[in-house]
Amino acid sequence: MKLKELESCLQQVDTFENPKLLLEQYPTRPHIAACMLYTIHNTFGDIEDKVVADLGCGCGVLSIGAAMLGAGFCLGFDVDEDALEIFRTNADEFELPNIDLVQCDICSLPAQCLVKAVDTVIMNPPFGTKHNKGMDMTFLKTALQMARTSVYSLHKTSTREHIQKKAADWNVKMEVVAELRYDLPASYKFHKKKSVSSYALFFVIKLYSRL
Amino acid sequence: MKLLTHNMLRSHVTGVTRGFPLIIRADEVKVNSVDFNREFVSRMIPKLEWEALVETAESLGHGSDLPRELLSGYETDEEFLKKVHHVLLEVEIIEGALKCPESGTEFPITRGIPNMLINEEES
Repeated sequence: MKLKELESCLQQVDTFENPKLLLEQYPTRPHIAACMLYTIHNTFGDIEDKVVADLGCGCGVLSIGAAMLGAGFCLGFDVDEDALEIFRTNADEFELPNIDLVQCDICSLPAQCLVKAVDTVIMNPPFGTKHNKGMDMTFLKTALQMARTSVYSLHKTSTREHIQKKAADWNVKMEVVAELRYDLPASYKFHKKKSVSSYALFFVIKLYSRL
Repeated sequence: MKLLTHNMLRSHVTGVTRGFPLIIRADEVKVNSVDFNREFVSRMIPKLEWEALVETAESLGHGSDLPRELLSGYETDEEFLKKVHHVLLEVEIIEGALKCPESGTEFPITRGIPNMLINEEES
């Protein structure tokens, strides 16, 4: 599957009807999702025939893309049942039967849960900017427990050094896979402009155990 | 919820030590057809809690005559791999509940999605 093809498929994925601010429900834009998945698939071979988990999956754009690229099985986790409902409809419409969804709170999962249960974690976690400071790190830590091979995660560029430090604390390797920028389209009422003019910078990181 | 997912999930109720396997109460089970991926299934098998998978499948009436103990050389047994594929990915619990084997806490399954949120009032 070509990158353009993947991106245009992902544009068909429905997103939040009424996004919830406290859950930082910003859909991963199709372009970002496609670039991210394409690199994980082609450069690292961490999707095809793998068990892929998506933490804070929302409406499922990353899982759906992973399933299209030949993941053996995708597992989406989210706390919000409305988002999961849209995800289920998306998966059905794309006729992707290898996806399961679990409603749970990533932040309250104890350490022994789902340890090394999946091969790869691919996620766009909450950035921890809306009264939930540190949420991004909680997601990363949980992802590291769950993944046998590697974790790919999208973060605000400003958190780069902090994540680097944390990775060292956790004794894992961190690699910046890509830097992306895009206009954040207005999705909440407090966004007065149609699209936030200053673009946001993100980066995709790969975390994996040191051997 | 597929049985592959069930094989990974544990109860995380406070105080529970193993919390596995969760007991399934199935009110509605559906069998969906999923493309057989030989490579995936055979690589998945050693990562499974095998006994729990067989027992769970049997409890749902979808045991498919899988042996209680994994026999060596299964990687080349096409028929066996297809049975495992069926049990792991094609049998789905649509409505029902998962019950923690230790605390008895129930987690509902609605429209195929298990809800593992712990109700604060209950715990």
